[in-house]
Amino acid sequence: MSAAQHRAAETVLQANGVTMIFGGLTALNEVTISLEEGRIVGLIGPNGAGKTTLFNCLTGLYTPTRGSVRMRGKELPSDPAKVTAAGIARTFQNIRLFPNMTVLENVLVGRHLRMRQGPIASVFHGPVFRKGERDAKEKARELLTFVGLTSLEDEVARNLPYGDQRRLEIARALATEPDVLLLDEPTAGMNPQETEAARQLIFRIRDTGISVVVIEHDTKFIFSLCDTVSVLVQGEVLVEGSPETVRDDPRVIEAYLGKPREEVEAEVAEAAEALEHREGNA
Amino acid sequence: MTALLEVDDLSVAYGAIEAVRSVSFVVEEGQIVCLIGANGAGKTTTLRTISGLLRPRAGDIRFDGRSIAKDPAHTILERGIAHSPEGRRVFARMTVEENLQLGAYTRKDEAAVRSDMQRVYELFPVLGERRNQKAGLFSGGEQQMLAIGRAMMSKPRLLMLDEPSMGLSPIMTQLIFDTIKELQQQGTTILLVEQNALAALALSDRGYVVDLGATTLEGPGHELLADERVRAAYLGT
Repeated sequence: MSAAQHRAAETVLQANGVTMIFGGLTALNEVTISLEEGRIVGLIGPNGAGKTTLFNCLTGLYTPTRGSVRMRGKELPSDPAKVTAAGIARTFQNIRLFPNMTVLENVLVGRHLRMRQGPIASVFHGPVFRKGERDAKEKARELLTFVGLTSLEDEVARNLPYGDQRRLEIARALATEPDVLLLDEPTAGMNPQETEAARQLIFRIRDTGISVVVIEHDTKFIFSLCDTVSVLVQGEVLVEGSPETVRDDPRVIEAYLGKPREEVEAEVAEAAEALEHREGNA
Repeated sequence: MTALLEVDDLSVAYGAIEAVRSVSFVVEEGQIVCLIGANGAGKTTTLRTISGLLRPRAGDIRFDGRSIAKDPAHTILERGIAHSPEGRRVFARMTVEENLQLGAYTRKDEAAVRSDMQRVYELFPVLGERRNQKAGLFSGGEQQMLAIGRAMMSKPRLLMLDEPSMGLSPIMTQLIFDTIKELQQQGTTILLVEQNALAALALSDRGYVVDLGATTLEGPGHELLADERVRAAYLGT
């Protein structure tokens, strides 16, 4: 059966009543979110709200104290490698590349999961093995082109500026051929132009059929990218809905947004004008 | 006004790759100066070189009229330059309080250190509430707060902040920018690298655009805000 035949989008990933307690700290309390096929869901919230912890629960790095995580109805094991094999890939807020490996090698690591050579072929480096390696490299280069890092494949990862490291993490995640991609602050350290390129990249990823969950503090980015947005506050989902609903919710403004961006921009423009005026008179 | 920091035709390379080709700027005492520019422009490399973590290949860095280009990092900190690095780099296995104490390790005035620490806790209540917990248990944004607090603890004459708003919620970002302004009013000179160019330029006395390893444009913050080239490239407007 093909999911595309169902008009109502199928739920790909579902966290149900996920609670995560560390010692005396309840980082997540009964969090339920679901991701439908082909959608982009945003996850926002104050610092320390539990956003990254939720990603860690979704990817098997943490075993939730209570609750379950299901991928297409099937419960996921608390084992990151098995979760990746089941089709969930992620990037990290604190970038976790292999710093001393080249850009291409980092992508190949992601590719490894989908390669089929056994230990014997690997030892003897026979024609099958070599073809496998060639194909993997070709695929890795395609992914580097897809994320816009073509010319940097031989560069050592640690020498890349932050924004490029984030793109490389995305390429490595895509190399595992995921159905679901979790992005933890993909535009941190990018300027507006680069952020816009990242937004377009995520749309292109979605268009290949991958469903996406994004954590990000750049609200202009998140509200213009996501189909729905969930707001996590102190480990609980405070609000979820369309970007418009979330943006205008007074509780979200109070706990998270502060002054709306337009207001900040207006204040900046006013201050700049006043300054210019003053200097003009001087 | 006197120049506190002068960076003169700086060039820095990682092996064969020249990350900084020709960066020149001046930070005058009491000012907030920001460097803006695309990823890979050389902003972080410039700060790391000022701190003594990297060596210049050519050019000079003068602090208070004296070259610090050949000084080791600890001497540069003692001279009064503190650095809140990109990517936080807090000591994950040490507590919040220990991280802050490390920030103050060049200081002998213990009473003042205590009161400055209190001030960090007032600014970031979450750090005060959990001061005895290991830094590694904190969220990314909370670690960012700690990195800024730690840099403040050395009571530097020049505070360098590399992307202080990274990972922080919009409301917390506003708080950080308000704090930077407040630190300036209390006499700290600030060198800021920030992708949030709008907020950074609005706050800064002077801004420099860094492009492909070289400073290309400069001016008062509000002038750069109005500059068409800056608007197109860095403000997304």
